Formats: sequence, structure tokens, C-alpha cells
Amino acid sequence: MISVSLSTPGGPVRRLAGLLHRRPGLRLSALLAAPLLWLVVAYLGALAALLLSAFWTTNVFTGDVVKQFSTQNFHDLLTGDVYRRIALRSVGVAALVTVVDAVIAFPMAFCMAKLASPRAQRWLVIAILTPLWAGYLVKAYAWRVILSGDGLVHWALAPLGMAGPGYGLAAVVMTLAYLWLPYMILPIYAGLERLPNSLLDAAADLGAGAFRTFRTVIWPIAFPAVVAGSIFTFSLSLGDFISVKIVGGKSQLIGNVVYDNVGAANNLPFAAAVATVPVAVMVVYLVAVRRTGALENL
Amino acid sequence: MRSMRIAFAAVAAVTLVTAGCGGDSGGGAAKGGAAGAAGFRPPNIPAMQSLGKGEGQVNLVAWAGYAEDGSNDKTVDWVHPFEKQTGCKVNTKIAGTSDEMVSLMKTGQYDAVSASGDASLRLIAGGTVAPVNTSLVPNYADIFAGLKMKPWNSVDGKAYGIPHGRGANLLMWRTDKVKPAPDSWGAVFDPNSPYKGKVTAYDSPIYIADAALYLMSTQPALGIKDPYALDQKQFDAAVNLLRQQKTIIGEYWSDYTKEVQAFKSGDSVLGTTWQVIANLAQGEKAPVQATLPKEGATGWSDTWMVAAKAQHPNCAYMWMNWIVSPKVNAQVAEWFGEAPANSKACQETSDKKFCDVYHAADEPYWKDIHYWNTPITQCLDGRTNVTCVDYSKWTQAWTSIKG
Repeated sequence: MISVSLSTPGGPVRRLAGLLHRRPGLRLSALLAAPLLWLVVAYLGALAALLLSAFWTTNVFTGDVVKQFSTQNFHDLLTGDVYRRIALRSVGVAALVTVVDAVIAFPMAFCMAKLASPRAQRWLVIAILTPLWAGYLVKAYAWRVILSGDGLVHWALAPLGMAGPGYGLAAVVMTLAYLWLPYMILPIYAGLERLPNSLLDAAADLGAGAFRTFRTVIWPIAFPAVVAGSIFTFSLSLGDFISVKIVGGKSQLIGNVVYDNVGAANNLPFAAAVATVPVAVMVVYLVAVRRTGALENL
Repeated sequence: MRSMRIAFAAVAAVTLVTAGCGGDSGGGAAKGGAAGAAGFRPPNIPAMQSLGKGEGQVNLVAWAGYAEDGSNDKTVDWVHPFEKQTGCKVNTKIAGTSDEMVSLMKTGQYDAVSASGDASLRLIAGGTVAPVNTSLVPNYADIFAGLKMKPWNSVDGKAYGIPHGRGANLLMWRTDKVKPAPDSWGAVFDPNSPYKGKVTAYDSPIYIADAALYLMSTQPALGIKDPYALDQKQFDAAVNLLRQQKTIIGEYWSDYTKEVQAFKSGDSVLGTTWQVIANLAQGEKAPVQATLPKEGATGWSDTWMVAAKAQHPNCAYMWMNWIVSPKVNAQVAEWFGEAPANSKACQETSDKKFCDVYHAADEPYWKDIHYWNTPITQCLDGRTNVTCVDYSKWTQAWTSIKG
């Protein structure tokens, strides 16, 4: 009985199962269809719509979008001094935030991975993750209060005869570095945890000092993890516009230009054109770090 | 690896299809674009002739605080009494900027909007709102004469809305830090200001009008008559003034809580403000004072307008009459911190001095106020021999001023 039903195709379910068994390609496509559809339509589709609308313009008075192909937005974007300056400033801030985060995160991650007891490790990870649950705005406004003229920073520096940085780009870098620090610590921590202690012992046995061990053993192994963290801190900083509004004083970044064109000017096409700049910067960055193996460390 | 490539090809193909569809739907939607851009001829839309029965609900676009239903403060509620009286359920969509209001109204899903002067003209020109038959709004009779039939709420003698209330952009300073007390906008435009780094300005392209207003009195040779009607030369002068101002600016503000905090902590000691901000700062014991400088000031005057394609026009008219009725208008004005539009509202405020503080009945005070307006290529001051700089250029200039 059983052998018969197996050799001759039974119900539709059976037939489908048989078909899928014979054709692994079909099986894979069926499995991936839903997520791939989401990826393509919702995710890449939105990007495509963004790129497409960047080539439209708006009617100056009524604000209606004029759906005619035009490269005017990109022309304005590339020839306007101010946009180049803002783009470079944004990349600079993002890079600085990344460096600050890397410098702070590395020793912290090293202590967590190599010096803390396993029990303490778990608690430290929780401690690092906890601030991520607090609201972004609350943290940004907290920094506004900390950096204000009668705030903590000013109070601490006053006896030394120094003044706080006040509101401006320095304040933006400090705030963003604080906000994104967990995204740098966690990948480095994960990377260093994979580093066998025996390698450190071997380096010590062979007479390497602390700095030499760091340079020749720890850093090469941890580097992809640092780059992985930098992808987070860099891209998150590049797109940020709220911190600048809160602690940035009179400065503006690329996110503000996008925001102002959507909110104040009602010029979606130009906002879309501006928004392609960070996308382009990130693509260049990702292609550049591809070879370091960082993408396997995410 | 081969399967990877196939997957990429599939992704690329679908992307192309999606993009194609997007382009397709685009062609049909670009309609009526040029209305008003060439000149100012609003589409001919008839006003409502007689008030019918309520439709059971009304969809509003409003500034925060204009349609309170008790959810922020349970004593502040004029929506539920309205619903009870008229049977019109109120659905409110809060908008943050004038431009957001214009976009929301364009969707055609809303019946009425509380538009400021920098949105109202665009709504009229685009055919988004209809003229208002003021005889169907009994409380219109009690509105201050200084608010009726103004360039931002009427075109060619046709009313397009019901005035809601008004306020002025004032000059505020810390009395303990800024001495002597300033009485001129010159204080915020002085490149050698002793308060360098602690001056604040409003973060919006419309702030260019504040610079133009200052130039009106300091550089009469420029011939500026209306700070919202600037030809290229006048516009460049205003932009240059703001570039120069940037060197003494500490920060630009658009969020009023941010300004209250900055003045309280002393990070800002001098700059533009609204009356409500000055009151809040004083309420938090900050030693600040606000004044209307001798050059006059820019300001805002809001108008309730009805959508041309309103699905609930009767309820919209009932709402307009309700919001400017003496008691409700007093409530809104006190909650938001602005001068009420209804002259009888002054007897209904809980703080009896309210109308004096906000200069509600003080017409000479408002003579020096230039309400926010939308700059268009056709000069608003009536000049026909030059073209003026339109709002999209104002926005670009604002980005470049901030640098």
C-alpha cells in the first residue's frame, strides 16, 4: 500500500512536495519569495522612488510636484557652495564621532571581554545596553542642559578657569558620540571575545610588551570589529538632524537641509536629491571597508 | 555564486518595474500646477449660500492648542461642548508648520484649517480653499475691524476665512544681563554687539522678513514698503544683513520650549520671541522682558478656512462660528497665548488683564505689525515694474545664511 502511494503521485500536496523535492531551485525561490518581495518593494522600492523623485521639481507657489524629468536639483546641489560645505561638515562630524567612539569604546570593550569575570561581563553588557532604552530626545535634551551656560560642564570647568564648549559643532560631536557609543562597544566586545587568551599569553611569553602585543596581536584581530562598529556610528551620525537642532547652536548638517526642504519649503524633490548624498557617501564607505572583513563582523 | 547573480538580476528587474509604475502614476497627478504662479487669480469657487444640517463630523487641520478636547488639560476643552451642541464629531490633525498645513489640505480629506498668513494665500491660489460666506457666521460681526478683509484672508474683496487670533514677534532680553534695555531691532543686528554668541533668532525662512523690516527704517533708500515683497536688490540686502548677524548668533530657535530654557539658563540673553514664551520664561523666574521695538515687528494672524471640496461644509461653518464665539475664543487665546479675534472675548478671559497684556484691542499697536505672508513673484505691495523673490528662493537663501 505504502509503496504504491509513493510511486504514483497522490493528492495535490503530495505532488507539490514531490515537485519541490525534485527542483531545489523552486524550493528556494518559494521560501525566499515573501522576504525578497518585502526587500524589493518596500525597501529598495522606497529608495528607487527617492531617486526618481529627485529628478522632479515643484511649482514654486502652489507647492505641487511637477513630474517632469529635470536635473535641476542635482545642478543646484553640485554648484551651490553652501551644500558642498554642509556635506563636508556632516562627513567631518560623522568621522569625528566615529573616532571619539572608537577611542572610548576600545578600552571599555577590552576590559569587558578580557578582564571582567563572566558574571560581571553579563552585567556590563546590560549596563551598556540600558541607555538604548531611554528616549533619544530625553538624552539629547539632557546634553542640552549639561552643556548649558549654568550646566554641569560649565560648573566643572569654571574653577580651572575654562569655559564649556557651549552649543555648536563640538556639542553635537559630544552628544552624538554619547548616543551611539553602545553601537561601537558591542561589535568590538564581540570581536575581542573571539580573541583566544592563549594568543596574549604567547605574546607575553615571547617577550612582547603591552604596546607591541596591542599593535601586532590585538589590533589586527579586532580591526574588522572596529570597522563594523564604525559603520553604525558613521551612518547614524551622517543622517542625524535632531541633535544639531537641540545642541548645535547655529550650525546645520545635511539632515537639516533635507528636513527643512521637506518641512519648511515643501520641496520634496530637492530633499530627495539632497538625501542621495549620504546614501552615496555610505555606499563608498561600505565598498571601501568591504575588504577589511568588517561586513562579516556586523 | 551563480545563484547570487541570478538573485541580483531578479532584484534589478523588479526594481525597474516598480520604478516604471511610479513614473506612470506620476503623469496624471501634476494638475493645476501653474495656478497663481503667473499672477494672482484665484480659481472661481462659489461660497456656501445657506447653512444646512450638520453632517455628523468635521475634519480639521489645526495648530497645536487650537482644538483642545481636554486630553492635554482636562479643564481645557472646547471640542466636547461643540460636539454636544452641534452633533458634529471633531477629528483634528495637528500640523507643525504652515507648509505641512498646505500639504495636508491638498489631500482633500479635511474640511477646515487654521491657516497663518504664510499659508493662506497659497491655499487660495491653489484652489484648495473656498471663499467664506461671512453672513453664515454670526460671530463674525464681533471680530476686530483690524482683522477683517486683510490681504492674507481676502482676495478682490472676497472673504476667504474667519480670523482666529494674532500675535507679534517681539524682542526679548534678560534684564540682568542686557543694559540698557533695548528698544530697537538694531540690538540683534549690531555686528559689534557686546552680547555676541548669546543672541538668538527664529529658525525659519520667514525670518528674512524681520531683517527687511529693520532695513525699512534704517535704509529707506532701499524703498522697502512691505517686508514680504522684496525685489532682488532688497532681498540681497536683507540676506546680507542676516549673514552679518550670524556672527553674533548663539543659536536659532524654532521650538519654543528650547527658547524658554535658553533664556532661563542665560545661553541666550537677547533675541526674537513670542508673548507666550516671555510669559513662560517669567513664570519660570527668568528675569526677562519683551517689547515691541520702535521699528515695529513681524507677526502672525491666523484664519479658519474651509476646503473647496469639504465633505462636511456645514459642520465646518459651525466650527468656525464656535471657535470665534466670545467664550471659546477667549479660552483658545489664553491657552495658546495670543490676542483673541473676537472683541467680546475680552470679557470672558479668566485673567481679566489678558487682553491688555496681549494688546487685543490696541489697534495702534497692531499698525506696526507686519503679519506673516507668502512672498510670491508678483510683488504684494502692488509694484508691477519689478518681480519679487518668491518663497522657494527665501528657503534656499535661509539655508545659505545658516551656512
